[in-house]
Amino acid sequence: MIKMTLNNKPVALDVDPQMPLLYALRDELKLTGTKFGCGAGQCGACTVHVNGVAMRSCITPVSAIAEQAITTIEGLADNNGNLGESAVQVAWREFKVPQCGYCQSGQMMSAAALLKAIPLPNDEQIIEHMQGNICRCGTYQRIKAAIKSAATHSTVANSVTTDLAGMNNGVEIFDARQLANKKQGA
Amino acid sequence: MNSIENVSRRGFLKVAGISSGAFVLGINLPISTAQAKSAAALSHELNFFVSIASDSMVTLVCHRSEMGQGIRTSVPQIIAEELEADWQKVSVVQAKANSKYGSQGTAGSASIRNHFTSIRQIGAVAREMLEQAAANIWQVQRSSVKAEKHFVVHTTTGEKISFGELASHAAKLTPPGSKKVKLKNNADFSLIGKDIKLVDLDNIVAGKAQYAQDIQLPNMLIATIVRPPVVGGKVLSFDASEALKIKGVVDVIALKPRSIPVTTNPLSGVAVLANNTWAALEGRKKLKIKWQHGDKASHNSSEFSKKLAKKVNQQGETVATKGDIYNHQYNDKNTLEATYTVPYLNHTPMETPAATAIVNGNKCTIWAGTQNPQWAKRNVAQELGLAKDEHDNIELNITLMGGAFGRKSKADFIIEAVELAKTSKRPVKVIWSREDDIQHGYYHSISANYCKAELTDNGSADYWISRNAYPPIGWLWDAEAKTPTDNQLALGFGDIPFALNNLSIEKHAVDSFVRPGWVRSVACINNGFALGSFVDELAVKAKLPTRQMWLNLLGDDRHVDPNKNNFKYSNYDLDLTAHPIDTKRMKDLINLISDKANVEQKLPENQGWGISFLRSFGSFVAAATKVEVVNNKVTVLEMHTAVDCGIVVTPDRVKAQMEGAMIFGLSIALMGEISVVEGKVQQSNFHNSPVTRMNQVPEMHVHLVESDAPPGGIGEPGVPPVAPSITNAIYHASKTRIRDLPVNKIFTV
Ligand code: FES
Ligand code: FES
Repeated sequence: MIKMTLNNKPVALDVDPQMPLLYALRDELKLTGTKFGCGAGQCGACTVHVNGVAMRSCITPVSAIAEQAITTIEGLADNNGNLGESAVQVAWREFKVPQCGYCQSGQMMSAAALLKAIPLPNDEQIIEHMQGNICRCGTYQRIKAAIKSAATHSTVANSVTTDLAGMNNGVEIFDARQLANKKQGA
Repeated sequence: MNSIENVSRRGFLKVAGISSGAFVLGINLPISTAQAKSAAALSHELNFFVSIASDSMVTLVCHRSEMGQGIRTSVPQIIAEELEADWQKVSVVQAKANSKYGSQGTAGSASIRNHFTSIRQIGAVAREMLEQAAANIWQVQRSSVKAEKHFVVHTTTGEKISFGELASHAAKLTPPGSKKVKLKNNADFSLIGKDIKLVDLDNIVAGKAQYAQDIQLPNMLIATIVRPPVVGGKVLSFDASEALKIKGVVDVIALKPRSIPVTTNPLSGVAVLANNTWAALEGRKKLKIKWQHGDKASHNSSEFSKKLAKKVNQQGETVATKGDIYNHQYNDKNTLEATYTVPYLNHTPMETPAATAIVNGNKCTIWAGTQNPQWAKRNVAQELGLAKDEHDNIELNITLMGGAFGRKSKADFIIEAVELAKTSKRPVKVIWSREDDIQHGYYHSISANYCKAELTDNGSADYWISRNAYPPIGWLWDAEAKTPTDNQLALGFGDIPFALNNLSIEKHAVDSFVRPGWVRSVACINNGFALGSFVDELAVKAKLPTRQMWLNLLGDDRHVDPNKNNFKYSNYDLDLTAHPIDTKRMKDLINLISDKANVEQKLPENQGWGISFLRSFGSFVAAATKVEVVNNKVTVLEMHTAVDCGIVVTPDRVKAQMEGAMIFGLSIALMGEISVVEGKVQQSNFHNSPVTRMNQVPEMHVHLVESDAPPGGIGEPGVPPVAPSITNAIYHASKTRIRDLPVNKIFTV
C-alpha cells in the first residue's frame, strides 16, 4: 500500500511499486487529465507536481512518491482566479492557447511550477523551463504569452510567496531517477 | 446530405433525453424505420442537427471530427448564424458515425470549404420554421416577422416570441426544402467572422476533455500490440509464457495474419491484454516473437531516395503539357535544373492512436477519435462480417482527437480493438505507444522532384519541366499501383499557375515498401518544397528579388485552367469557377507578405529572408522566414504567413492553424525524417524523431486577408510554403542551398 496526498486528499494505492505514477493516476484512480505522450520523459504531456515541483509522471514509479503531495491538472485550480481556476488556467483561456488540447494539461502544470519558482520569468527562463513540453499543434507562441500574462497577474494577486525561500533561479524538472537517487541519499 | 426533416415527435427522442415539446430537425430518418425499431435501438441513431427546447436552449450537432482545428466551434457557429441563435444559449453535441449526416470525413481541409452552404441551410431551415410558427400565431405573413437573437419579432408591432415558446409550434410544421431557404447576406453576419467562445476550451483547461486514450469502462482490458517490424511481415511463432507471469496480464492473443495490399487493416502481430497499462507494457517486454519479414525487408530509404532522384532526372510519363519542350535547345547559361528530395515523414500526433470496443454477438460499441467515422464503421462491419442492413448494429462514438494530421483517417487501430474485444469477450482499449506510432505509421511518401526552366529576357522563365517520383497512396489498396492518380497530382504539381508557353509535367512509376498516408497537406509538402525552392533559385540566377520572380512568373491577372494543359484537374473537388486559380490573389498575397515582413530590407551578414507561396485546398498562403546561420547553426529568427482563405468563420482558429502550420513546417524542414533500414523504421521516440520545441520557435505573425470569396480550407494550406521559405532563407543567409530535407543533415538546428 503506497500512501500519498493527491490534490489535497489522502490516497492509498495497492499497485506494483514500480508502476509509473501516470498509469496509477489514469488506470487506477481514473484521473485522466494527465496524459501519455511518450512514456519516456521526453514530451511533458504527463507533467504533475510533486511537492510543487514539476515532474514527469510517466517515469516516476509510485514508490518514489510515497508520502509526497501530488497535484494534477484536476487539482491545479487554487480558487484565486476566475471560475476557481489558477492564474495559469485563466491566462490559458484568455489567450485561447489550446488547439487539440492534448498536451495542455502538461503545459499548464509545467507553467504553474515555473511561476511558483520564478514569479516573473524572462523569455530565456520560460524557454528553458518549457522546452521539455512538446506541443505538436504548435501553440508555443500563445503559451509564452499566457505565461507572461499569468506571471503579471499572479504576482499582483499574491505578491511573492514564501515557498521561494532558498530557491534561486534554476527550475529543475526532476525525473524519477533523480528523485530516487535523492531518496537513497537521504 | 440527405434532406432535412422535422423529427420533433419521434418516439426515440425521449430515449435520447430530449424533452417533449422540443423542436428537432433531423435528417431523413424514415418513419417506417423509426416505428419498426425499439426506442432503445434508436437511441444511438439519433441524427438530429438542431434541437430547440421549450426553455430556449439550443442544441446543435457537430457532425465533423475535432482534432484541434476548432471545427466543433465553427460548424455550430455557422448553424447558429443562420438560425439567429444567441451563442450563449447554444450547446454542442458530437454526432456519432451515421451515413445520414452526409460526409463526416474530416480530411482534406474540407469541412468548411465543401460544406459551408449545406451547414448554413440547416440553420436557415430551422429559422424559417420558427418564423413561420410565429407568423401563424400572429396570423400574419411570414414576411412580417423576423428572427433576431433567439426571438422572432413582429416587424410592425415590435412584439416578440422566444425560440423556446415557438418550439412546440415549429415542431408541427413541415420544413421548407433546404435549397429554397434564404441565406443571410454576408454583410449581415453577426457570428461568422467573429471570435466566439470555443466549445471545448473550458474542458481542456480544466483537464476534463475526453480523448480516445481516456476511455474507461468497467471490466475493460488494456491492450498493447507488438506489430511486424516490416510491412507484410508475419508472426512465425511466439512464446507468451514469461509475459503471462506478469501480475495483471490477463491474456496474450495473436492477431489475424493480414496480407498485402494492406488497405486500412491492422498490421497483425501479438497483443498483450492486461488490467492496467503498466502490466500490459511490462508483459510486452517479455514476449518472444519470431518473425518472417517478407520481401519488404529489402528496403533501405537512403538508397531509395537516391534512386528516386535518378529517376526524376529522366523523362517520365506526361501529366500535363503545353507547347514543345523536347525539341527546344536549352541555352545552358540561362538554364537551371534542380532535384529536391523529402524523406518519409510521420504525423506524430501528441495523442497516439487509441480505440475502445465492446463486441457482443453481432453488436458492437466503439469509442475512438477518428477523422472518418463512416469509413471506420464500414471497415468494422466488414471485419465483423455484418450485412449491409446490420451496419447500424455498430455504435461508433467519436471522441476528441489529441491531434491527427491525417493519421486518424485510417481505422487500423479501431479494427484492432474490435478484433481483440471479439476474441477476449471483454471491453478492450488498444493503446499505441509512441514507438508504435513512429514505427508503424502511414508515412508521407519519400519523394524526389525535379525542375528545369530557362530564364527569359523579361525576367521570367519558360520551357519548364516538373517531375516527381514517390510511392503512391493507391498502393494501400492495390499492390500494383505505381503512380499517383490525377487527383493526387493536382496537389501543387499539375496545377502550376505560371504564365508559360512551354511546359511538361511528368510522373514516374515507383515501388512501395511502407504504408503511405496523408500527412497534413499531403503531396503539397514535396511539390510545394520543390516549386518554392526552384522559384528562389531562378530569382538568384536572374539576380532578381524572389518576390519579383514570383510576380513575373505569375504574369497577368487571370484565372488559370490546368485542364488546358491536357491535365484532368480536380481543384480539390471545388468548382473551378467559384474557386479559381486566381493569379491576382496570388500576387497580392506575395506582395503582402513581402511588405509585412519587409523581406527586402538590408540585413546583417549571416542573416537572410526567404519567401514561398502555394495555393492548396482552395486557399492561398505565403510564408516568409528570417534566419541566421552562424558556426553551422541555423537559428530561425522570425516567421510570417499571409493567408487568403476567402470568408473566414472563426478568425482566431484560422490564425491558430497558421501558427500551428508554421511550427509543423518548421519540424518538417529542420528535422523531419523517418528512415528505413532493411524494411524497419529506425526512429522510435522524440529523442531520435524530434519535433519543434519552444526553444526553436521564433517570433511569429499571421496576416489574414479579408475576403468575400467562398471559403477555402485551413487545416493544411499553411504547411506547404513554410519549409521552402526556411531553406530559401538559409540560402540567402549562408549561400548554402538545401535541396534535400531535412536541414539538420547539414546544419545544427
Ligand atoms: S509521457 Fe512524455 S514525458 Fe511523460
Ligand atoms: S494543443 Fe495539440 S499538442 Fe498541444
